[in-house]
Amino acid sequence: MSVPEFIKDHSIVSDSVAEKRGPWSGLVQAGEYLTIVDLHGNQAVDSLIYDAHDTSIRYSAPNTIAGQANVFLTEGSVLRANTGAPLMTLVHDEVGRHDTVGGACSKESNSLRYGQHTVHQHACVENFLLEGAKYGLNKRDLVSNINFYMNVPVEPNGMLGIVDGISAPGLSLTLRAERDVSVLVSNCPQINNPCNGFNPTEVRMITTSAG
Amino acid sequence: MTQSTSSTEGAQAHARSMAGTVVETMATIPASEATGWPAEAVTAKKLWAETVAGGNYTALSVARGAVIELTDLYGDANAHLVAYNATDTSERLNVADTVKVQWQAYLGQGQLLLSDRGRALATILKDTSGKHDTFAGVSTLEGNRDRYGDGTAYCATPAGRELLVLAAAKVGLEPRDIPPTVGLFKGYFVQPDGSLISTGEAGAGAKVWLRAEMPLVLLIANAPHPLDAREGYHCTPLQIRIWDGSSNENQPQLELGLEAERALANTHAYIALKGI
Repeated sequence: MSVPEFIKDHSIVSDSVAEKRGPWSGLVQAGEYLTIVDLHGNQAVDSLIYDAHDTSIRYSAPNTIAGQANVFLTEGSVLRANTGAPLMTLVHDEVGRHDTVGGACSKESNSLRYGQHTVHQHACVENFLLEGAKYGLNKRDLVSNINFYMNVPVEPNGMLGIVDGISAPGLSLTLRAERDVSVLVSNCPQINNPCNGFNPTEVRMITTSAG
Repeated sequence: MTQSTSSTEGAQAHARSMAGTVVETMATIPASEATGWPAEAVTAKKLWAETVAGGNYTALSVARGAVIELTDLYGDANAHLVAYNATDTSERLNVADTVKVQWQAYLGQGQLLLSDRGRALATILKDTSGKHDTFAGVSTLEGNRDRYGDGTAYCATPAGRELLVLAAAKVGLEPRDIPPTVGLFKGYFVQPDGSLISTGEAGAGAKVWLRAEMPLVLLIANAPHPLDAREGYHCTPLQIRIWDGSSNENQPQLELGLEAERALANTHAYIALKGI
């Protein structure tokens, strides 16, 4: 399978598929790139980033938003840690904007948003807990995450919500690691809102080096 | 009076001579001796009275049913809050769920602060400010070094996060336990392109009432907003008054959204099952 144009001259460090509804994680060393390909279109990719050597330093949605005085992530956005330090930079984006306000779906929040009948459905927090455990991370280490390929507008009256996505099959984005990072992903299993087009699908995760 | 502190007795006399000193930013114990209680609390059991200076913090354990009144005394406070379930601090404020579940980015009366377990930590009973922020969080050590020259907890321009790290430590929590916060009394508006603009503050005397819906640990840092564009470090005292509101007397009737009603129902079920 060919790689996206932006990384065509890179050497591939790893190339895998995040199963639909499942977790994924990987190490991206400083200077390396992580490309996420939205294979089938409008698949929310919930992502958390940790300093690979000190996981108490981790992605902070507020610091990322404050750092650019904007709630949307787009090409050029610097993904910052709770210390304010850059963890990764979104160096290439074929979609236009991504969410970092809406957080992850959970069984518990499903009970509020849709009703108790959805509580036994699989959810992103379950994926984060499962995959995070491999790194010694637990519930206390989960914070507001990034939702790549998810569309959450904020209306002037403050109303916000997950609406139909603006991605399409084959579109991709590429992040550059600004330090050694562990990236924790939930390939979102949500079926009660349009974040996955009501049909969770696989995404491709490619780690590359420009050297 | 000059006292010798060269002996233990002299040192003791010196220390004890400070008794009765009153400053503006302190706790008053017992709380019933403090001034500044609202009319609605006159007959209630008064639980806590404290004023937190700009660039300072407090860490409080608060009973279920307590009403927490936060007052921006002089119009330039910025209260950055985190709340935890006091009986299981792995359950804590989830700002993303708070705004997403309630379909509303701007905090106000009738909205809840939601935990990551689909439950209500607190209900906003009253809000005379309407100027709050759920997006940009607190200032950081490095950010304050760039802005003000320093940001440690022990300097004149402390960063909000440094203060929260200390507040968390007082209740046995670590830096990794500090999730994204909500900021009260400084407003930010999201424009259609996603950019944030300041909507300022409501002025001196603005108040927010929170009702604790479960036993809470509450961390509050009073520090300038990370996007404060002014020259210099500006933050004025935050007044806290907490009284027993479990009788629900003198509390506004709220119109709750469907999701908020579900969160309160989840909370009540949890409390009954756990026997707390």
